[in-house]
Amino acid sequence: MAGAKNHDYHILPPSIWPLMGSMSALALAVGAVMWMHEYAGGGGLFFLGVAGVLATMFFWWSDVIREAHAGDHTPVVQLHLRYGMILFIASEVMFFVGWFWAFFDFSLFPSALAPIKGLFPSEGIEVMNAFELPLLNTLILLCSGTTVTWAHHALIHGDRDGLKKGLLATIILGALFSAIQAYEYAHAPFEFGGTPYSSGFYMATGFHGFHVLVGTIFLIVCYIRAVRGDFTPRQHFGFEAAAWYWHFVDVVWLFLFVAVYVWGGWGAPVHGG
Amino acid sequence: MTTIVADAHGAHDAHDHHDADHKPAFFQRWFMSTNHKDIGTLYLIFAIIAGIIGGAISGLMRAELAQPGIQYLHTWAMMSDGPDATMDQAYHLWNVLITAHGLIMVFFMVMPAMIGGFGNWFVPIMIGAPDMAFPRMNNISFWLLIPAFALLLGSTFVPGGTGNGAGTGWTVYAPLSTSGSAGPAVDLAILSLHIAGASSILGAVNFITTIFNMRAPGMTLHKMPLFVWSVLVTAFLLLLALPVLAAAITMLLTDRNFGTTFYDAAGGGDPELYQHLFWFFGHPEVYIMILPGFGIVSQIISTFSRKPIFGYLGMAYAMVAIGVVGFVVWAHHMFTTGMSVNVKMYFTAATMVIAVPTGIKIFSWIATMWGGSMTYKTPMVWALGFIFMFTVGGVTGVVLANGGVDDVMHDTYYVVAHFHYVLSLGAVFGLFAGFYYWFPKMSGKMYNEFLGQLHFWVFFIGVNVLFFPMHFLGLSGMPRRYPDYPEAFAYWNAVASHGYEIMAAGMGVFFINLIWSLIAGKKADANPWGEGATTLEWTLSSPPPFHQFETLPQID
Repeated sequence: MAGAKNHDYHILPPSIWPLMGSMSALALAVGAVMWMHEYAGGGGLFFLGVAGVLATMFFWWSDVIREAHAGDHTPVVQLHLRYGMILFIASEVMFFVGWFWAFFDFSLFPSALAPIKGLFPSEGIEVMNAFELPLLNTLILLCSGTTVTWAHHALIHGDRDGLKKGLLATIILGALFSAIQAYEYAHAPFEFGGTPYSSGFYMATGFHGFHVLVGTIFLIVCYIRAVRGDFTPRQHFGFEAAAWYWHFVDVVWLFLFVAVYVWGGWGAPVHGG
Repeated sequence: MTTIVADAHGAHDAHDHHDADHKPAFFQRWFMSTNHKDIGTLYLIFAIIAGIIGGAISGLMRAELAQPGIQYLHTWAMMSDGPDATMDQAYHLWNVLITAHGLIMVFFMVMPAMIGGFGNWFVPIMIGAPDMAFPRMNNISFWLLIPAFALLLGSTFVPGGTGNGAGTGWTVYAPLSTSGSAGPAVDLAILSLHIAGASSILGAVNFITTIFNMRAPGMTLHKMPLFVWSVLVTAFLLLLALPVLAAAITMLLTDRNFGTTFYDAAGGGDPELYQHLFWFFGHPEVYIMILPGFGIVSQIISTFSRKPIFGYLGMAYAMVAIGVVGFVVWAHHMFTTGMSVNVKMYFTAATMVIAVPTGIKIFSWIATMWGGSMTYKTPMVWALGFIFMFTVGGVTGVVLANGGVDDVMHDTYYVVAHFHYVLSLGAVFGLFAGFYYWFPKMSGKMYNEFLGQLHFWVFFIGVNVLFFPMHFLGLSGMPRRYPDYPEAFAYWNAVASHGYEIMAAGMGVFFINLIWSLIAGKKADANPWGEGATTLEWTLSSPPPFHQFETLPQID
């Protein structure tokens, strides 16, 4: 931009992506409402909006990567990115606080009236055995936390082969987690809605599962970038952000496992057990 | 401190491409912006438009409430819902009006103006930074407000239960907002809040990063202007409170459309859970609206008293304390939900604690003026009006903080009077104070001093005539959110409606001043306020260059 720039901050040229992202969000929201209320064309508009949002993300972050290669990410700009990611994760934590709040409200203060009659989980609900697939998923996620750290250390030591292997292992473990979660939902002994237990269970674990998918995609992007040789031992914030996000998803799962699967289902009849 | 060479940068000068300060072409400049000042201007224009719409809706409400009985509501319902609109649809329209007024004023007027407008314009400049930390993300924070506002306005044209539009109140309480409002209107309103919330969270990330990392050399946290402190605290409140609202209204959405029973008592859910989640967001939200006003008033009181602010550190940490304690008082909005006496005692006591840092601020403003060399320019009279009127609203807040007293005051006009004194006479006075204070800097033109003073006095008299009688109405038992009332409440309602007319006349003076000043205003100097104005924006030309501080200023 301006020729006289005498500082390390990043002054950006104009960009169309914010406007495109916002208009896509409008299409997504209107499409979603039309779809939910069964207006013709709602689903199409919704997916058009989703496609627009995804395209915006792709082009926008492509620009960010291009700018990083152009040397725009000076140390202070990298610091901005770090702060930005940490603050974003902090807001995500508060989002999950909302879901845990609902879950603890239902479990600690179950309604005394019918149909709950002080029971949590509600009468007739068979819970999953926390120490079968959920425990396996816990181990998978914890394991993936170590493989992403392996990748990080390999990266810091300039070992690109180790970086790729560590990332690939993390991605496979993440995909395995999602597959097991999908299997668990498909074979769950209770429906999506209808009771506070099932509502809280599916929405909290579902939003977590969505975050796992996002984190896995983020790691896949990092893998592609690692293959391209984008990361250096000194500058690899894209990888670090993905790793932070992955650890955040991991920690949310630990809370879900302890609170929802183990403690939340305690004393209820166990499915198949 | 580095002086900045002002460039020739008239917007009409289309061929200044030789110049390091050149601006992008029209579409790029206003639709693809990465410039904090242009984005701030967009936010201010947006907030003014939203304010006109939200203010016009309150005009409809005051017209209907001017006398007992239903005057216009049924006619309006026939315009909205068709010629055979029923009285029930007319009453629903009333609910739509109060809902739209609240949501528009909170999410689309006060927040965009305070944080998006003044925050964007002056936080980077006041800390000596060339722009925000994430200039491109800054622009999506603004542009997300357009779909959010479009969704909210659009919701009024589609079914929302008894009639068209979302008639849930700005709090969107379940079960009225779930099983009580069939049709797409409430879903549109919920997604409007989702998108507005995403906009604010991204803005909060941007402000916190900017303030922590982009202060000029020598600008320590403890040397930051109080307006910057106020935006910093506000940004943390946004960052931590809005995601909880997002979760709460997502549960509304799934209860409405996908069969969950979070808030459905018949399905074992808990409608009160919604109130907890909402007010865990909602109480920090009221500080989000007022804290930037505190910051603006601090700058103005110091400038026009020609003294540094009294008790600077106490003022900064008082805002931090208000922000922190503001997270643990939310259930004072829910005293009548049947909570235990012990819980009531806690929330009463915790709420009253907030009066301590707030008192620190009020008394420090007074101490700043004490012995100062005061000039009563338009921004200063608005700031003085802010202190006076916000204190009235603060005092009625202490009254309402008492769980026992609130049992009889809850959902009466006393509450309406209270929060309009802190918002319509607090936050809005802060907005006008900031607008007149920074208008010369932003536009390069001086506003008309006579019209500014006239605007203040007409508006000041108008809002007091409008809102003070609501205390009497509330104390004598008139409930909120009804379009009709018994004869006994007629007198003060008529007075309040006349107050609206006076207030609207004051706004007319404002718009005349705005247009006149933009067209024919005298050219503003870099610092029109004299030696009391010590913050960095007054070292730059009016308006500032397209990119300021290309060499960072050194603060000593």
